[in-house]
Amino acid sequence: MNLTFSPEEQAFREEVRRFIAHALPSDISERVRLGRHLSADDHLRWQNILSEQGWLASNWPKEHGGPGWGPVQRHIFDEECAAARAPTVVPFGVNMVAPVIMKFGSTEQQQHYLPRILSNQDWWCQGYSEPGAGSDLAGLNTRAVRDGDHYIVNGQKTWTTLGQHANMLFCLVRTDPDAKKQAGISFLLIDMQTPGITVRPIITLDGAHEVNEIFLDNVRVPIENRVGEEGQGWTCAKFLLTHERTGIAGLGHAKQALRHLKSLANRIHHRGKPLLALPSFRQRVVKAELELMALEVTNLRVIAAARDGGAPGAESSLLKVRGSELRQELSELTRRALGPAALPFFPEFLHGDESLDDAYTQSAAASAQYLNRRKLSIYGGSNEIQKSIVAKTILEM
Amino acid sequence: MDFALTDEQRMLEETLTRLVTDQVSPEQRRSMLSSASAESSALWNTFAELGLLHMPFSENVGGLGADGTDLMIIMQALGRGLVPEAYLAGLVLPGQLLALTANGEQQKRWLTPLLEGEHQLALAWQEHDARYDAFDVSTHAIQRDGQWHLNGRKDVVLNLAAAAATLVIARLNSGKLALFVVPQNSTGTSSHLYFTMDDQPAGDLTLDNVTLPPENCLSEDVSDALADVLALGRAALCAQAIGAMEEACDQTLAYLKERKQFGLPLSSFQALQHRMVDMHLHLEQSRSMAILAATSLTLPASERDYKIAAAKAYCGESARFIAEQAIQLHGGMGMTEECYVAHYAKHLVMFDHYLGDSDYHLETVSDLLDVA
Ligand SMILES: Cc1cc2nc3c(=O)[nH]c(=O)nc-3n(C[C@H](O)[C@H](O)[C@H](O)COP(=O)(O)OP(=O)(O)OC[C@H]3O[C@@H](n4cnc5c(N)ncnc54)[C@H](O)[C@@H]3O)c2cc1C
Repeated sequence: MNLTFSPEEQAFREEVRRFIAHALPSDISERVRLGRHLSADDHLRWQNILSEQGWLASNWPKEHGGPGWGPVQRHIFDEECAAARAPTVVPFGVNMVAPVIMKFGSTEQQQHYLPRILSNQDWWCQGYSEPGAGSDLAGLNTRAVRDGDHYIVNGQKTWTTLGQHANMLFCLVRTDPDAKKQAGISFLLIDMQTPGITVRPIITLDGAHEVNEIFLDNVRVPIENRVGEEGQGWTCAKFLLTHERTGIAGLGHAKQALRHLKSLANRIHHRGKPLLALPSFRQRVVKAELELMALEVTNLRVIAAARDGGAPGAESSLLKVRGSELRQELSELTRRALGPAALPFFPEFLHGDESLDDAYTQSAAASAQYLNRRKLSIYGGSNEIQKSIVAKTILEM
Repeated sequence: MDFALTDEQRMLEETLTRLVTDQVSPEQRRSMLSSASAESSALWNTFAELGLLHMPFSENVGGLGADGTDLMIIMQALGRGLVPEAYLAGLVLPGQLLALTANGEQQKRWLTPLLEGEHQLALAWQEHDARYDAFDVSTHAIQRDGQWHLNGRKDVVLNLAAAAATLVIARLNSGKLALFVVPQNSTGTSSHLYFTMDDQPAGDLTLDNVTLPPENCLSEDVSDALADVLALGRAALCAQAIGAMEEACDQTLAYLKERKQFGLPLSSFQALQHRMVDMHLHLEQSRSMAILAATSLTLPASERDYKIAAAKAYCGESARFIAEQAIQLHGGMGMTEECYVAHYAKHLVMFDHYLGDSDYHLETVSDLLDVA
């Protein structure tokens, strides 16, 4: 056994690092560093740079215009992006709907949508969850009824991340109310400009506008916007949920957060000594360090298995549970490290362009980020649901 | 040993519970927060009518002589309602410090109107580089030509904008800590105002050659009085957190019973039942610690501080656990501004940042472990 990267992989890491150092606009990485919210334009500027370099669709095969990287390279790329405080690529187009279109879509759909995703022409959002269908996604109620060569869609989607910027929505709808729960669902691609669509903001407890409700009122969607057969939506959805989840641990983010925490806790003093020397605090940082070490190797094990042709299955649930818990703990320790300075809340600084008293610039985002990170154990299948998956599929309980 | 409340205490509890239910609904709270002004609010007037502004002070300064248990009852009710009034920060803490230090004239000028509901005050004890250590003070005071001159900066002063005056701790050349009363808008003061993450109005106060007459010095050696007041504040905060924990647990339990997924109420899933039990355990153990703190206020200082540090550290960890689980068990809903439990969660998380967090208090307990 050998845990080191090959010389080629190390050279690849160097190449990625050099590129990002040179290409990532400093105002964007500064916003990421300070935990300030990114505008649609910030996201697009970075994604256009990646697109030109041919690195936007890091998980796509060459035939569709991706770089053709394997799981190890993707892992290295993700890590370097997080370390350089690059914005996370908005995943809904590139990482979510695109693989579904590649696998289940018609040739026309592939030719139309994939290049537009690659060039950032379309901003996609994900319409899965509904007020009544969260963990029980298959319980969704949004109805699509055939009317000639259209579907007429009625219902409500919720928690739609960055839907306020999106012009396209991929959506699970019920086409057959009489079929078994999962069997009556279809997968539609919906233009957000279609009459009958209303997007309303949901403000989260950290004051951010990151999620939305989407109301669909007699929205006419052409039949050719269905991906796969009628009733095949659940298969598409499940494919999407299990596809390429090796990045799910958020390892690059966790590493970056731990580095930040350590330097913070060394700079901040408590009774004349660095906070990191305070036993109760230090011990928690040590524990996080251990958890990260273990997670890194577990992640590499899953990646190596994927590289050698295995499809990551329920292992990705383990990565998600531990990865989200670790990132939450790190956000907790960072908030805590700041002491009283974690109390003031400056929404205009975090969500807008307002500048701030120097004393607070570095610490302003800590409490908001701690609160925001609560989502990691809720979305994309909550940790409770992930554990149920592990119990069922790995442990066969 | 007796954990029962007296008849009077039960009445106090009932009155406050009713008051909070009637006057601090989520909507009422929202409008109270948005119309922050120095004018005393309707709720503060009701506090005055009920005698709550006199209650925590001893009879010899015109108070009603409430004990730790009474204060616990009040704070717990305020915590349950997430009441946005600065009862602790604007009344109890500065008031107690005045009661312990001020002479008759000074009491008449600052304490009496406080108890009468005519003004509120603030207490500035915290500094940027001192973390939670109230005795690590760089703000400096010097007497020249009969006048005092203050320089320095105080951080996260709660109730700063609404206070008629702020009590400021400053170090003298002798090394001792002194206490000054700095009227709002004194020449040389400037403040940077904001809200805390859990919606409390606060600010940083900069003192740039603030000149004060001799009568604005309340004490030239305030350390013991400050320690007394911090102990009281910590016990009160624990009680307040208990109220918020109770409410967060109740709201989460109600949600689990009402919300259905997979055709069943969430409360029927064993994983969530056990989690809910864990929350309840944290609450009950913390309640015991808060009682311990409230009944330790009259003990000798070192014993009192040991127990109160233990309680504050314990409650801090429990408060966070309950906050995080309340959010988690509400799913996406728990992440929203609109969901009331999220506000309790924020308050319970930030609780740890007031008057010393768990690490700070664990260190105190740890230092005294062998002698206790
Ligand atoms: C910030 C954020 C962004 C999101 N972005 C999107 C998006 O872009 N598109 C989209 O479609 N959705 C999105 N979601 C929705 C997300 O996928 C759901 O919130 C998630 O599936 C949980 O559903 P719910 O919120 O309805 O909670 P519920 O399903 O009501 O669950 C509440 C609690 O009960 C637990 N629970 C439920 N069932 C069980 C069980 N059987 N056993 C044990 N525990 C159980 C859950 O784990 C959770 O703790 C987002 C959510 C958040 C918070």
